[in-house]
Amino acid sequence: MNHVDGNALAGDLREIFAVDLTAATGQCSGCGYKGSVASLRVYQNAPGVVARCPHCEEVVLRLVRGRDRAWLDLRGTVSLEIPLP
Amino acid sequence: MPIVSPGFTGRRQSPDVQLPPGQYLAEDFPVLTAGPTPRVTTDRWQFTVNTEAGQRYDWSWQQLIELPAEKITTDIHCVTKWSKLGTRWKGVSLDVLLEDVETAADYALVQSYGGYTTNLPLEDLIDGQAWIAYRYDGEELTPEHGGPARLLVPHLYFWKSAKWVRGIQLLLEDEPGFWESAGYHDYGDPWREQRYQGD
Ligand SMILES: [Zn+2]
Repeated sequence: MNHVDGNALAGDLREIFAVDLTAATGQCSGCGYKGSVASLRVYQNAPGVVARCPHCEEVVLRLVRGRDRAWLDLRGTVSLEIPLP
Repeated sequence: MPIVSPGFTGRRQSPDVQLPPGQYLAEDFPVLTAGPTPRVTTDRWQFTVNTEAGQRYDWSWQQLIELPAEKITTDIHCVTKWSKLGTRWKGVSLDVLLEDVETAADYALVQSYGGYTTNLPLEDLIDGQAWIAYRYDGEELTPEHGGPARLLVPHLYFWKSAKWVRGIQLLLEDEPGFWESAGYHDYGDPWREQRYQGD
């Protein structure tokens, strides 16, 4: 056995999730378009926040905030390329 | 208590209004949308029921409006906490549309023009609980409110009342829809305050 458990991700994920992600480059799983998170089309008058691809209008990100939890759904995003300071 | 009262035309008096827990009374009709508003003309509009066995039933706009319609006066409750009382609709009961559909399904995934989906048990769509609504407050249903036609299932939070409805997929297994797969409750009963998963 040469894997360790998920706790080993703590440091790397803390670094990634603490940065301003609007400068990150995302790739849409619908059409493959790559663009900055800041270029997405965001719909906020909804039960959650919905961000759509500016190229094909597919949903690339959904964020729902509950009372003590949030759900981040990125199934419409192939990957995020995140600049690090 | 009867939430749906077809034929009831008056408004409830506000001092005695009973709202589901956590809701407030809205006088306007907020427009919520998770994407661009689809513009579907009635000549292109179609409503389709697909069964778990692959059988397909569909209705054109003309066929829909020739079916017996009901006037519905009902309170509606949005998960974003506004409720609106005594809203007036006209539409076709799902009992009429599903009358000749042969199915053993227990679940439904409702599908909209524009890609929105929402799921609910099939039993919540029948027995006078759900309609395909095409008029609101005496007028044609506007695109902002889901026109030409939307689902109306007022005993559940209003995200279940899918705007721009285009069909229903009947299923043997439950399949979460757009909000249900992103943290919202699978069933969404406002009187039990089922907003989020785990509520
Ligand atoms: Zn795209």
